[in-house]
Amino acid sequence: MRMLSRNATFNSHGQDSSYFLGWQEYEKNPYHEVHNTNGIIQMGLAENQLCFDLLESWLAKNPEAAAFKKNGESIFAELALFQDYHGLPAFKKAMVDFMAEIRGNKVTFDPNHLVLTAGATSANETFIFCLADPGEAVLIPTPYYPGFDRDLKWRTGVEIVPIHCTNSNGFQITETALEEAYQEAEKCNLRVKGVLVTNPSNPLGTTMTRNELYLLLSFVEDKGIHLISDEIYSGTAFSSPSFISVMEVLKDRNCDENSEVWQRVHVVYSLSKDLGLPGFRVGAIYSNDDMVVAAATKMSSFGLVSSQTQHLLSAMLSDKKLTKNYIAENHKRLKQRQKNLVSGLQKAGISCLNGNAGLFCWVDMRHLLRSNTFEAEMELWKKIVYEVHLNISPGSSCHCTEPGWFRVCFANLPERTLDLAMQRLKAFVGEYYNVPEVNGRSQSSHLSHSRGQSLTKWVSRLSFDDRCPIHGR
Amino acid sequence: MASSASKNSLLLSKIATNEKHGENSPYFNGWKAYDQNPFHPTENPEGVIQMGLAENQLSFDLVEEWIRKNPKASFCTAEGVEKFRSVANFQDYHGFPEFRQAIATFMSKARGGRVTFDPDRVVMSGGATGANELVMFCLADPGDAFLIPSPYYPAYYRDLGWRTGVQIVPVDCDSSNNFKITKEAVEAAYEKAKNNNIKVKGLIITNPSNPLGTTLDKDTLESLVTFINQKNIHLVCDEIYAATVFSSPKYTCITQVIQDMDCNPNLIHIVYSLSKDMGFPGLRVGIVYSYNDDVVNIGRKMSSFGLVSSQTQHMLASMLSDEDFVEKFLATSSKRLAKRHRVFTKGLEEVGISYLKSNAGLFCWMDLRRLLKDQTLDGEMVLWRVIVNEVKLNVSPGSSFKCVEPGWFRVCFANMDDDTVEVALKRIRALVGQEKKAQEQAQVKSTKKRWQSNLRLSFSSSTRRFEQEGVSVKSPHMMSPHSPMPHTPFVRAIT
Repeated sequence: MRMLSRNATFNSHGQDSSYFLGWQEYEKNPYHEVHNTNGIIQMGLAENQLCFDLLESWLAKNPEAAAFKKNGESIFAELALFQDYHGLPAFKKAMVDFMAEIRGNKVTFDPNHLVLTAGATSANETFIFCLADPGEAVLIPTPYYPGFDRDLKWRTGVEIVPIHCTNSNGFQITETALEEAYQEAEKCNLRVKGVLVTNPSNPLGTTMTRNELYLLLSFVEDKGIHLISDEIYSGTAFSSPSFISVMEVLKDRNCDENSEVWQRVHVVYSLSKDLGLPGFRVGAIYSNDDMVVAAATKMSSFGLVSSQTQHLLSAMLSDKKLTKNYIAENHKRLKQRQKNLVSGLQKAGISCLNGNAGLFCWVDMRHLLRSNTFEAEMELWKKIVYEVHLNISPGSSCHCTEPGWFRVCFANLPERTLDLAMQRLKAFVGEYYNVPEVNGRSQSSHLSHSRGQSLTKWVSRLSFDDRCPIHGR
Repeated sequence: MASSASKNSLLLSKIATNEKHGENSPYFNGWKAYDQNPFHPTENPEGVIQMGLAENQLSFDLVEEWIRKNPKASFCTAEGVEKFRSVANFQDYHGFPEFRQAIATFMSKARGGRVTFDPDRVVMSGGATGANELVMFCLADPGDAFLIPSPYYPAYYRDLGWRTGVQIVPVDCDSSNNFKITKEAVEAAYEKAKNNNIKVKGLIITNPSNPLGTTLDKDTLESLVTFINQKNIHLVCDEIYAATVFSSPKYTCITQVIQDMDCNPNLIHIVYSLSKDMGFPGLRVGIVYSYNDDVVNIGRKMSSFGLVSSQTQHMLASMLSDEDFVEKFLATSSKRLAKRHRVFTKGLEEVGISYLKSNAGLFCWMDLRRLLKDQTLDGEMVLWRVIVNEVKLNVSPGSSFKCVEPGWFRVCFANMDDDTVEVALKRIRALVGQEKKAQEQAQVKSTKKRWQSNLRLSFSSSTRRFEQEGVSVKSPHMMSPHSPMPHTPFVRAIT
């Protein structure tokens, strides 16, 4: 008898992917400004470290919230005992207000429809547990966050079927791609229960267009399935076009509680990216469907938010002066940092997708590939990790269908380290490829190798699994 | 709208729409009664007293004092605030090394220092709720089963089986031997499962026991370890009440037992939490401690779904590594629990209510069998509804713990102050005392007198009508020719 469960014995946790291997390499040899100047610079971690000073100065002026106090009185006992899965009412109110503020108050959220979870990791898994049975499927546009393979599939037994997006239209979702994915699922006898999108997108760093959102809504309406919009990066939309939430589009189309699709549109949120607080494990599920809210609330027992954290953040987010200033300053600093990265990349002859959100750029290194294959992408990636000493995430780990794209993070390291990273990259490209600086437009440069290698023929789109182009567990 | 809702429910998963979350059990109904009418000493003195919640509220003053003296741990000083960003940013599922070390040390101290724990085996989870589910996900597949001695914690049904698809196979224990777990009972349950083609992957025990409040003796533990080794199945020990042991016999934890036995360590796993020992259920600190390296490894990855907030890790790393504080806390907490247990059980004895002798936990396993009209589940429910709705005490009926003997109730005593304990005892006294008076009055009247359907109870300032719900006054049992004296559910227990 197998002693451990299937969950425990197979690699369905997805942590053997290059996304995580890069982190492991970084951990073995991490860059340090003083102690390890030749170490690996971490650019594979989508963290927002740009605005801690704002939170720190708030804390210094408002020590009560962190000290388990309220109005001068200790409320420690009350907080220590509070394990109600409905969450601290004040905190939920503060969360929905913050979510509305991020959306320019174009939509509002009802705190009674918000369910708190231990991070977006837990929120996403909980949604899948609520909406799909083992063996069923969700459609997700590629490229997507590598962690979804674990979060959505591992313990739930649900499959992911990719909606293939390509550079031909800036990786936007098309009606054709949606239909193809749906057919693919049917061919594999997988019942599709919903579509899950990340908006703003990880790894693309772009916000979805209104058109794409309309398309998605029509699609899920037509198929009678769910739409989950993971809006974890909603507060990082730093330049135009502005972020449009799926909830806004529902409103636009006059969908309210009387329309069927109303109850099938759900949002995931978290404070990990916008506020840079991944350690605090604050995630949220938002649904218009009472049954989903009820089921998710019960399930949140397996991963509630610490009451100590709820109390602190409730005070923080209720301070409208702080939130207003934070949102604006966050945008400003992210925009500047992204500009620095883009310019650094350009100096190395590398361009990227025009991004307006997120904590990363979707970088085009296709011209640096030996051949238009994922093997070549892996080769390049290994060189970048082991020789250039930069940890960036290869597109294949995000299930991108086109080789040569990489996600490079810019908000998790100091400016001077970013500059150093760009210098290293420039030196590497110069040494191996002799590529001229890009003139500022988002186009790939022409390749001219010092080693005389030439691009091989375009290979047909690769499948990872010959039976069915869906990544198995 | 209705049809849209039902159409949408077809779109939800089976897990979301089945009842396996178990929240419709009477265990939770009592809570609802409390929620609707909660006792408050001044604002609602006639409200329901919550005695169904196993919380430890006796030693918060010690923790509050520590927090006041150690503001750095709460980011409340300049030095503390400096740590904020590195803490807020830290989401590594290994947890802070200092936190794991502090937990390992605390677990050892909670067991009297008789055993030590390796910080590298400490895996975080979302409370013991998350820990129990995580262990199941690691050890069992949907359809597999775990043996659990009854009576057991009601929420195990949800925690162990709801999303995992794991089945519970009870090992029935009863009062004939003070609810001890016998090897015969475990073997019988195992064989029965096997005969029904149910694959048993392991045994879960809660030690100290909820709801019994007793600790397992060394012999029982050894025989269970022998059993699981023979069958090559897992043993999960939920030791969430480890530091609530307040009197002899001394606590024997599983680590102690396997140290001295020939046992496959890969089969041994511990679930722990700070929710009971420290009274911190809101902080969501659950721990999985396994002697199986694969389980530690996989469990750690799974812990991503329920990590402990780094803010909380940071504070507790500091608090629990303060050895003076921990020692003082454990000693004081134990003393206060012992005292509270003494006061409460004395109060029960005074009115002739018997209970299982216990040395741990936050509750008492009360024997109200003699107060049942029918020694059946229905009889227990009738009595329970009266206790909740009329006596206004939320206690937990034994059936919600899957106890096979009707008439047992778990009553919690550590989640209230001394005054409220007095009020609760007073209500029990008044109820039973009034009943005694009623019996004495009935004795002087004709034995053929018809049982009155209303019994008037008098509390300190008001008179309540007592209605027996669902009880027929003409039931054969009540009018048995063999019992000349009519009984109420609250007849004195002691003879």
